[in-house]
Amino acid sequence: MLDNAGTAEVAKPVVVLDGISKIFPGVKALSEVKLELYAGQVTALVGENGAGKSTVVKVLTGIYQPDEGAIRIDGHPISLPTAQHASDAGITAIHQETVLFDELSVAENIFIGHAPKTRLGLIDIVQMQRKAAELLASIGAEFDPDVKLRDLGIANKHLVAIARALSVDARVVIMDEPTAALSHKEIAELYELVEALKAQGKAILFISHKFDEIFRIADRFTVFRDGECAGEGQISDVTEDELVHMMVGRAVNQIFPERTAALGDVVFQIAGYSHPTEFADIGFNLKKGEILGFYGLIGAGRSELMQAIFGVTKPSKGVSKVDGVIKAVRSPADAIRSGIVYVPEDRGAQGAVTGLPIFQNVTLPSLKKTSRNGFLRMAEEFALARKYTSRLDLRAASLDQNVGDLSGGNQQKVVIAKWLATQPKVIILDEPTKGVDIGSKAAVHAFMAELVAQGLSIIMVSSEIPEIMGMSDRVIVMREGRMVAELTGDTLTPQTLVRHAAGIAES
Amino acid sequence: MIRNFLISREAILLLVILVLVGIISTRFPGFIVPANLANVFNDTSPLIILALGQMVVIVTRCIDLSVAANLALTGMVVAMINTMAPDLPIVVILMVAMVFGAVLGAVNGILVWKFEIPPIVVTLGTMTIFRGLIFLISDGKWINAHEMSPNFTAFPRAQILGLPVLSWIAIGAVVIFFILITRTALGRAFFAVGGNPHAAVYTGINVGRTRFFAFVLSGALAGLTGYLWVARYAVAYVDIAGGFELEVVAACVIGGVSIAGGIGSVGGALLGALFLGVVKNALPVVNISPFWQLAISGSAIIIAIAMNARANRRKGRFILKQAEQST
Repeated sequence: MLDNAGTAEVAKPVVVLDGISKIFPGVKALSEVKLELYAGQVTALVGENGAGKSTVVKVLTGIYQPDEGAIRIDGHPISLPTAQHASDAGITAIHQETVLFDELSVAENIFIGHAPKTRLGLIDIVQMQRKAAELLASIGAEFDPDVKLRDLGIANKHLVAIARALSVDARVVIMDEPTAALSHKEIAELYELVEALKAQGKAILFISHKFDEIFRIADRFTVFRDGECAGEGQISDVTEDELVHMMVGRAVNQIFPERTAALGDVVFQIAGYSHPTEFADIGFNLKKGEILGFYGLIGAGRSELMQAIFGVTKPSKGVSKVDGVIKAVRSPADAIRSGIVYVPEDRGAQGAVTGLPIFQNVTLPSLKKTSRNGFLRMAEEFALARKYTSRLDLRAASLDQNVGDLSGGNQQKVVIAKWLATQPKVIILDEPTKGVDIGSKAAVHAFMAELVAQGLSIIMVSSEIPEIMGMSDRVIVMREGRMVAELTGDTLTPQTLVRHAAGIAES
Repeated sequence: MIRNFLISREAILLLVILVLVGIISTRFPGFIVPANLANVFNDTSPLIILALGQMVVIVTRCIDLSVAANLALTGMVVAMINTMAPDLPIVVILMVAMVFGAVLGAVNGILVWKFEIPPIVVTLGTMTIFRGLIFLISDGKWINAHEMSPNFTAFPRAQILGLPVLSWIAIGAVVIFFILITRTALGRAFFAVGGNPHAAVYTGINVGRTRFFAFVLSGALAGLTGYLWVARYAVAYVDIAGGFELEVVAACVIGGVSIAGGIGSVGGALLGALFLGVVKNALPVVNISPFWQLAISGSAIIIAIAMNARANRRKGRFILKQAEQST
């Protein structure tokens, strides 16, 4: 759709991804995507969480190998079997959280892997310092190459990463949400730097969720949706609305369980929840039998809020009420006693003890129930585990099996069974279907519907718009640690969700 | 049940011990006389008792390097109490030893829990401090047999049903720890904390407090052993059981306790200690040099760790059931 094709000044792209597909077990993360990066231009890569943006970065930096398609640099096909190959090809990435070494000096960070050498093959420290100082000066960094990286703020760490990119003479610079953790002043400085890099003829891939900055600094855009290209072109040719539409406008290909919401009384209330750094002024009510969705961009403070509600971290102020009674939740044990449970996002790290058998995982928070006089009773443990795992259609050879030997979907079921066994009133599900294959997703959704039909209430944190739309009775949108919208019924559309989450003004 | 998991690893170790005993008996038939085997067990009892406590600590992803120093300090303290109050009943001495040892363990536990200092650093520090304290309270002097009261030194050797009290205490500790580990919520918490600390937090388990209790248990056992050791050898001085903490850790590792935490069993710790005990007691008898004794212990540790690593790898593998069709 490049309508200015044919004119003489059209540059050839430096890097072309042509028909790249990447398949993970159960998921096609990228499906024949196309991406072109031009010298001296900023290409914005836009898409929802899970659209495949990170995967494409990993393909470009040699971390993932594509299953189909070709990568061409200056028209020549190239393969990038390792990160070193990508670096040699002049591709460098600046990540959201910088992947540098805190305990090394700035100069060492810039030149690690390609430090100038003396004739004896030792690192030429003097020259390294001098070159580092030059590079830093060229990008307007005002700190010494001797300081330890640990002592720099995030914005300055980005500068180090950029200096590193320049030191390897990179032609392609990938910036993965570089402004996510920066202050306004730092962002303005970063924009200047991007302009400087453009002027030097670097091809820049800029990944961002923030529409204002996309329209400010990008020349071109590519939109990903569900691992496919949903559009590309010149930024001057599109409007915000058109971009939003490309991001979310999809045929609904997932079927969600039919629910007739019969909501009861308020069972759970949060009022005035604030945290010094993560979130502020959060308040909501949850009714019996309700599914309350929490939508927002990654880093909007949703998981941090849920962890505070569950007592993992402590809010600086705020009140939590269950059935109208104020509960002091100072630890997860308190929350569980009050009838609140939390199924975390990262099953592996936070959910299951993979070295313990299924039944011991299920009974872990309910050991008081299965013991008598302080001694555990294995028969009762098995009975409890069987009761709740059978409701979830868990596929396992026996309840003795270690949870580590189960598939992802079944591990999720063990974690959910563990919480059901505590007979909670409120279940917080953080990204309940992340990393779960399509079949198991439907099962999880059906099960959620069944739980609320039985009178439980669910708070669901999800970054998937179809899931939020399909499952929630009501959606709270969070941005930068605050509640920015509460959507139900007609106001709950993909467009409104994205607008509020990204902070786009009503048109 | 958990049996299939336990049996495989421990059955191998038991087999190795039996083969070892078998080989030794071909060269020295007297070794397998019940009386001698009882002697070997009695001689290994301190190691067994300490290995039980260490096992619990390692299962929670920590390590206690201060056990031998704790043993020596507590031993010195009870020996000094004995010289000052020779008529104190042994029951009181036992209580004092366990409580004092538990307090020393609690110091480790508090530092790990409240100050979040890595356990290896904490116990390396307290190990040195405990040894230093012995010197301070004893002025570097020995307390010898003639300064101790007869009932103080006789207790561990007293025979009950053909076995010395020391052996019975080891057996009792094994039974109590087996019940603690398999049948109580605290025992289960040790494994949850070591197996996946994050998941443990979300399950409402206080990770730091659980580790604290592990250190207290380890300390109490070290204190108990401190009395038994000093009484059995009828001497207390700064350097008793020097370096013994490494033997204790070795017993655990050989017994299949994973240094990465979350995996371990009472049976494993017991068999690991017995293996080392057999090697230590049998090889001199058949005229094999002490060098070989060390080499065999060392090899056993490496082989055990290699086997553990393989077992862990198998455990970590995901079996993606693509055919998990939901209807």
